[in-house]
Amino acid sequence: MTAADVLSLTTLVALVMLGLAMLITVVRIIIGPTLGDRVLALDMLTVVAMGFVGTVALRTGLMLYLDIAIALALLGFLATIALARYILSRAVSSRGAPL
Amino acid sequence: MISDIAIYAGCVLLLAGAIFSLVAAIGVLRLPDLYTRMHAASKAGAVGGGLILISVAVMSFDFGVALRAIVGFCFLLLTTPVAAHLLARASYRTSGQSPAVLVEDELKSKRSQNEVA
Repeated sequence: MTAADVLSLTTLVALVMLGLAMLITVVRIIIGPTLGDRVLALDMLTVVAMGFVGTVALRTGLMLYLDIAIALALLGFLATIALARYILSRAVSSRGAPL
Repeated sequence: MISDIAIYAGCVLLLAGAIFSLVAAIGVLRLPDLYTRMHAASKAGAVGGGLILISVAVMSFDFGVALRAIVGFCFLLLTTPVAAHLLARASYRTSGQSPAVLVEDELKSKRSQNEVA
């Protein structure tokens, strides 16, 4: 069993596990009781998708996918920050206090 | 020979990262409360994604790609706690009461001050 075979098998197993992780996280997004749970699960989904894209980069050998993974991590961070600010401002405005 | 060793080490790191991500996702599904779920997602999730980035760095055999992967790993380790902290603060200040599984609420006095102010 050469190193290339080991790499192919390992990336396949890792892709299956990361796909399962994404499915489980999507279940939490659907059933999440509060908005904060959904935002947290979306953040988790972005990190898992970043790992998925990194694994695809290893499997195909195209290192351009790594840039996509880094951009995805940046996007997930900004989305979580924006949604947290939105949760805060929505609660403040629903109570009638000034922003 | 050296490249074979690097590929085997990268495979071990990749499997460890995938296992950490799966465990974090199971924790996000199974834990009882937003703050405990945040504990799973922001620690195990960040380590899972970061280990996969490090395995890309080990297996790429290219200095530029390895540097980008390590910079991405540092970025992930810096941003995930900040995002989790902001989300916890937002949901604590908007929830109105202490969560049921909390043993002690050290921010309670600050919240009552905020509501008076």
